[in-house]
Amino acid sequence: MLSKRIIACLDVRNGQLAKSVKFVDTRDIGDPVAKAREYYQDGLDELVFYDITASSDQRNIMLEVVEQVAEQVFIPFSVGGGIRTVEDASRLLGAGAEKINVNSAAVKRPELIKECAHAIGSQNTVLSMDIMKVEMSREFPSGYEVVINGGRTPMGIDALTWALQGEELGAGELVVNSIDADGTRSGYEINLTRMISEAVSIPVIASGGAGKPEHLYDVLTEGKADAALVASMVHFNEYTVSGLKQYLHERGVKVRLRY
Amino acid sequence: MVAIVDYDAGNLRSVQRACQHVGMKAGITSDPDEVRRADRLIFPGVGSAASAVGTLAERGLDEAILEFFRSGKPILGICLGLQIALEFTEEGNQHCLGIIPGACERFSFRDKALKVPHIGWNEVEIIKPHPVLGSVTSGDEFYFVHSYFAHVERSEHVYGRTTYGDQTFSSVIGRDNFFATQFHLEKSGEMGLKLLAGFMQWEGDQDAQ
Repeated sequence: MLSKRIIACLDVRNGQLAKSVKFVDTRDIGDPVAKAREYYQDGLDELVFYDITASSDQRNIMLEVVEQVAEQVFIPFSVGGGIRTVEDASRLLGAGAEKINVNSAAVKRPELIKECAHAIGSQNTVLSMDIMKVEMSREFPSGYEVVINGGRTPMGIDALTWALQGEELGAGELVVNSIDADGTRSGYEINLTRMISEAVSIPVIASGGAGKPEHLYDVLTEGKADAALVASMVHFNEYTVSGLKQYLHERGVKVRLRY
Repeated sequence: MVAIVDYDAGNLRSVQRACQHVGMKAGITSDPDEVRRADRLIFPGVGSAASAVGTLAERGLDEAILEFFRSGKPILGICLGLQIALEFTEEGNQHCLGIIPGACERFSFRDKALKVPHIGWNEVEIIKPHPVLGSVTSGDEFYFVHSYFAHVERSEHVYGRTTYGDQTFSSVIGRDNFFATQFHLEKSGEMGLKLLAGFMQWEGDQDAQ
């Protein structure tokens, strides 16, 4: 039986680990390579790095981080942030990433998903969506809107429509990130996650809002997510990956325990 | 020398890095002569079987791999490498290498909750021992990414199997000096590295321990 995955998300700025709170205030918390190795040894299933480096001339630092991680960590890991072209994606794969995450650039130019899926394969192309709750309306039948720039720019696109379009264009997985829940540590957006997971036939990774082990349980059961993204709850050593897995296992969720 | 066959089917550097980590120096090559000369062959890959088989033929790598197999030297297939080793795949109705009798078909579920591709960590049930498997035990989990799965004709070629939804498929297969896993052992943590190290020690004899 397929296990539910726990994925740790590491925000990296100028080669250093940062944890964002509502994407606005970010504070640096250390070396991403060391953190990646620590989680790997503690049974993490997968890693995601988001490059939040502001200036594009600093992006080569991320390639170095990716290379170092790839030499030491033998689980799948993906990289997102600032990927605008197939060349950006290929460079990251060449450095050792398993998958790439596209986000804002794909919203502005959906063909990017198709191009990446064609060049590096659907299974390596992850569409990451930042989503905000809005009034249900004719424009937003799902009651959720796609946003970019860390939630600052609403795009006038319905979230469910975008998820289905992303799948159609060749995305192999979806990261559903709730901007409302992100950084609050008060739980994932269950309703949003379930709605998208039920609508698409590709795996859905829930993101934003994890603060307690029961939040993971809720989103992996009621929320129908295939994987749960965690960040600050493990970054500050409040919880461990192995501890979260043990908790989920005890509550009957299938997770990988032997590693 | 260990050769990793390059036929434009996915990121081979992760396989190369994993080899390096277990102390095996491996080179990536698309040259059929280098493939023939290698002491050990790794045949990885992800993506479309139809286009991969085409690329193998264009580069003359299909013949080189079959010759390598007949030579008795150890070959390791990973993911697409396992699928292409069978006789046929539903994906593009493509004839494959035919090292092991069997065919690949696509996952198809009535239950919409079962996503395709099958992505993530799943258990392998060990059917019988193999020198490469070493200390791997039933229930150990490995990382899978695939939409097609193997139907192997003869049980003698099946070493491990995995269940996704209501579908049980062959996830570890072998014949003589050929051994293959549907999962990505290069992305399956320490368990995967153990298998890779097992392959390094293996001389291509099925019964050797």
